[in-house]
Amino acid sequence: MPYLGGEEALRELRRALANPHVQADRLRYRAAVLRVIRHMAQGADVSGLFPEMVKASAAADVVQKKLVSLYVRAQAPRQPQLALLAVNTLRKDCAHPSPAVRGLALRSMCGLRMPGIQEYLQQPLLSGLRDKASYVRRAAVLGCAKMLKLQGDCEVDGALVNELYSLLRDRDPIVVVNCLRALEEILKKEGGVVINKPIAHHLLNRMADLDQWGKSEVLTFLLRYRPRSEEELFDILNLLDGYLKSSSPSVVMAATKLFLVLAREYPHVQADVLVRVKGPLLSACTSESRELCFTALCHVRQILGSLPGHFSSHYKKFFCSYSEPHYIKCQKMEVLCELVNDENVQQVLEELKGYCTDVSVELAQGAIFAIGNIARTYTEQCVGLLTELLGLQQEHITSAVVQAFRDLVWLCPQCTDAVCRALPGCEDAIQDSEGKQALIWLLGAHGEKVPNAPYVLEDFVENVKSEMFPAVKMELLTALVRLFLSRPAECQDMLGRLLHYCIEEEMDMAVRDRGLFYYRLLQSGVEVVKRVLCSPKSDPSLGLLEDQTERPVNTWASEFNTLAPVYGRERWALITAHQPEPSYACSPCTDSRNRDTESLISEGNKEVLKVHPDTGSLTLIPDVYLTAEQFEKSWLSLDMSCHLSLPWCGTVHPDTIQTALHVVHIQTIAMSKAGVQPWKAYLSAQDDTGCLFLTELLLEAADPEMQVSVKQSEAKPEALRAFISVLRTVMGAAAGLGS
Amino acid sequence: MAGSVPGQFRFRYRCPRGSIPDPPPLRFPPPQRKVARKPAPRDHRRPVRRRPRLRAAGQWRRAAAGPGPRPFRPCHVTATRQAGRSPAMLSQIFILSSKGDRLIHKDFRGETCGTSTDLADTFYRRITSLPGDQAPVFMAHEGWHFVHVRHAGLYFVATTTPDASPFTLVEFLNRLVTLLRDFCGPLSEKNVSLNFALIYELLDEMLDYGYIQTTAPEVLRNFMHTEPVATKPFSLLDLGSIGLFGAETQQSRVAPSSAASRPVLPPRGEQGTRNEVFVDVVERLTVVIAANGTPMKVDVQGEIRLKCYLPSCVEMRIGLTEEFCVGKSELRAPFSAPPGYGTAVRVDECAFHSSVKLDEFESGRILKVTPSQGEYQLADDIPSPLPFRLFPTVDQDPTGRLRLYLKLRCDLPPKSQALNVRLQLPVPKGVSSLAQELSSPEQTAELQPSTKSIRWDIPRCQGGSQLSALFKLEVPGLSRASLLELGPANLAFELPAHTCSGLHIRFVRLPGPAGPPQRWVRYLTHSDSYVLRF
Repeated sequence: MPYLGGEEALRELRRALANPHVQADRLRYRAAVLRVIRHMAQGADVSGLFPEMVKASAAADVVQKKLVSLYVRAQAPRQPQLALLAVNTLRKDCAHPSPAVRGLALRSMCGLRMPGIQEYLQQPLLSGLRDKASYVRRAAVLGCAKMLKLQGDCEVDGALVNELYSLLRDRDPIVVVNCLRALEEILKKEGGVVINKPIAHHLLNRMADLDQWGKSEVLTFLLRYRPRSEEELFDILNLLDGYLKSSSPSVVMAATKLFLVLAREYPHVQADVLVRVKGPLLSACTSESRELCFTALCHVRQILGSLPGHFSSHYKKFFCSYSEPHYIKCQKMEVLCELVNDENVQQVLEELKGYCTDVSVELAQGAIFAIGNIARTYTEQCVGLLTELLGLQQEHITSAVVQAFRDLVWLCPQCTDAVCRALPGCEDAIQDSEGKQALIWLLGAHGEKVPNAPYVLEDFVENVKSEMFPAVKMELLTALVRLFLSRPAECQDMLGRLLHYCIEEEMDMAVRDRGLFYYRLLQSGVEVVKRVLCSPKSDPSLGLLEDQTERPVNTWASEFNTLAPVYGRERWALITAHQPEPSYACSPCTDSRNRDTESLISEGNKEVLKVHPDTGSLTLIPDVYLTAEQFEKSWLSLDMSCHLSLPWCGTVHPDTIQTALHVVHIQTIAMSKAGVQPWKAYLSAQDDTGCLFLTELLLEAADPEMQVSVKQSEAKPEALRAFISVLRTVMGAAAGLGS
Repeated sequence: MAGSVPGQFRFRYRCPRGSIPDPPPLRFPPPQRKVARKPAPRDHRRPVRRRPRLRAAGQWRRAAAGPGPRPFRPCHVTATRQAGRSPAMLSQIFILSSKGDRLIHKDFRGETCGTSTDLADTFYRRITSLPGDQAPVFMAHEGWHFVHVRHAGLYFVATTTPDASPFTLVEFLNRLVTLLRDFCGPLSEKNVSLNFALIYELLDEMLDYGYIQTTAPEVLRNFMHTEPVATKPFSLLDLGSIGLFGAETQQSRVAPSSAASRPVLPPRGEQGTRNEVFVDVVERLTVVIAANGTPMKVDVQGEIRLKCYLPSCVEMRIGLTEEFCVGKSELRAPFSAPPGYGTAVRVDECAFHSSVKLDEFESGRILKVTPSQGEYQLADDIPSPLPFRLFPTVDQDPTGRLRLYLKLRCDLPPKSQALNVRLQLPVPKGVSSLAQELSSPEQTAELQPSTKSIRWDIPRCQGGSQLSALFKLEVPGLSRASLLELGPANLAFELPAHTCSGLHIRFVRLPGPAGPPQRWVRYLTHSDSYVLRF
């Protein structure tokens, strides 16, 4: 970076620009202009040179014109009065014999971004739209969009819009695409450009002339066209088939999305398309460009969510390479987790095991969690592998393994014994909060199977004063009370000490309150404590819900090839959270809810299930038992609050649905047997304010949608929405499980 | 402007043996572009009775018209914003150096003026402080999304809206990088800042109002007027071009891929005198070899890159190895050896750029190319043996030290050689010191404390030779479990004048009266990831 001389440099530049000798010499003049641009690019304020620069643009040199236009466009907002000077020269240029100059002038003039410019723009724009050079028409079409944006709220000029619609028939493909873009912006308020049948067919016929960017964009515009008949739909699909094999990934993905969206009612077509797109996606996954590779991997995960076995035979493609950056390795591990099956599990585990000893802590832990995930299906192999890793005595590895164990025991109770055998000795190697919490939870919940559990916890109690994390102390309290129930003799003394410390000395209010809570609970007698604390130690049904990731293709087809899959569901939800879009209805995230329930139950101290973190306002109370008569009476007396239909395919599994509903505390009053036509179910639920939700599910024979009617005892639209979103999630989950 | 700007082709071939099956049988009948004809065969299990009733351009009638003076305007159905929303649009583009200096910054839409902070700075702050578990390629900031690619230590960033297609964005940025390389020579911080006027001009032609207009070099060339400024070749004193991680740039400088893609950019004045064509065959090896020596995964991806400096665009014929078969199709030559032996090259998949004419490909394996920007992809399978095998022996000597004896065998033909071989071997974390015995003095080895690994450098390795190294490691508290941390070894190398697939260019022919241009063909294989398990 050269030294920015400020005032001095500015004066120097002005002198150079105004020097007639310099102006006479083309190259010197250009060099002076170039210097101004360089200063501008580096952030110096060069707006003072405006008059000189405008004068420079009058020169015949095209390079110089371009440079000045760059300057003018950047500086115009700061110098609105002076910018009008430039307009004159630019208007003159709009009539220049060279199309390059005309186009450039039009582009710069529209790019001035200052108030009051519109009146000068209209005439050149209109003649630009009819120019015989396509280069000028391209600039003019987008110029219309720029002009109307400057106008702000003004009424959109109908004649101009018509002109643009008719330019869709232009010979030049880029003009056509630009028209679509311009119309989209101009008509934003009315919902964007309308693609009706003639336009759609016209665009389809022009597809072959477009370059890859144009193709992918037109394919995106075609998404909003709905073919009138099945016949037309399949004609379009046939016509576009070649683009699924294009050499450009952006065209392939845009085509795939269009196919998925258009064929939303034909699952077999969707499945076919996803098979066809496998090759291009895989080759993008092994592309030399890391960024492309990453994008493709994210989309592979999206597809795997619906079709778990889709990439299983290509699992080796997803093995990490040594030289890849972290974010790609992490994505690949996630993909490996999802495509594991009986044939490849051995190789995949072998591969993941190699990553567990990686130098990078994050990667190693990621690999361990990945093995933990696979363990839900292939428990024995994975537990063996994880136990072996404990032998390394590495801090981060042990911590991650113990965390994986905790999650696993909760979902797969059959591995509890193996896990308990592996636990002794871990305590020395764990330093971080997460790992300690996991270990303490395991010792508390399954302490009767670990001989030295009380002694390990005793060490923690001894050192509780120097413990940094309040969460660890809370976990310790819960675990110790639980262990006290199964091994009272060994625990009584230290439990007393811990409670004393928590109540008398602890500074953290939450820990103190928790201590007081247990103290009072213990006062009310062991039986009560047992009733409160001895909740189930595992819940495979939760795993059933969590494992199920099979979402129908239609739930994400409209997100395909946008940034949503790239960020992942959770982060995408966070990013879009502040936008006022009512996005709750589409798909509340199953994962986070389950995690919530899991942690709440595991702490064992709250009986109320917080159902949905986003809605927050709705908490359904368990153990509300309505009799069938009560239900019928309320059902008949209430008015319908809401009616909706949920997509449903395949048969119904009442048991699955009932389990799923039970998890979120919705009680099943009555339900038809599987296979009965029409199938019906009646459900009830109550929230913490006492508001009742009564629901009827109805599935007619051969109807692809389940009709849901909800009645509410008090009119609370907020709660109703939250309830419906919960219901939707659960039914979505159950639907996926059943099929 | 007499000469032609270097157009680049990429012919890529990729994918390993048999992993991608033949494309599934066509369920859709082949595409029909215009109006159509005979009844289609059954597809999608749906009877398609008639072919598309799509009319040729210009015939479509006006839509159900709105009232009055808007004859062509279709009725608007309000509030039906569906899946496809705003088209791919880039609000800003900036190029940042590895230190965060703004080299190029172009705002196409002036939409971000209102935001409180400078987006380029925000981007740099975010990218440098990103937690390890998040991917940096896409980042969100106050409703804007950054997309970036990294090349030669520079960040190429675009800001965009959430509806944009990520594939388009990444592909566009990559294309931008290729174009910059073509127009201004090898990318470096210095080169970009010297050529900033040219780059602004290029961006101005490529994008208007944030919408991609064109990226075809032959089109762009007609509108480009600024001349490139050539930079001097890299010198050690020129610290400006060393990236954030000095070693990384160094590495990319010697990496064969960049050597092959080095644009041979002549100053404009000389262009008339040079009349050359460069064909580079570059292959990347991704290999995993199990402890017992069986290859677990062998993946060769190759590219044929074409770069030409010719006064006019003529059609060029490139002949590939005759025994070159694609997919599972039978070998063309009836007498050729079964696959896996002999000189046959089998490829799983190949893709050609649209400017490549394939009419002679089936009969004579000849590609006809009219020079322009392009790429095509092939896929490959390697019959020849893998270039390296490693035979490790691990034991403990009486004093408790870990003895590691490595024997590296190079299975290349004796005439070939491997350059810049580097073996990276992770060792137990507790290791405190290293003693070494290497088989020749030009080799070096050291213990790298940051990655807890041994790095063994071999400047060159002749085909058929065998190298060995003995490492003695002092590991306090050595346990059986810590042996798990040994390995796998990763090998990096380049093989000049060698292709693992055996693909060769038979000839490059150009018609034309003017004396035959210089034709250069280079072959190069380098390791993308060559992992040897213990």
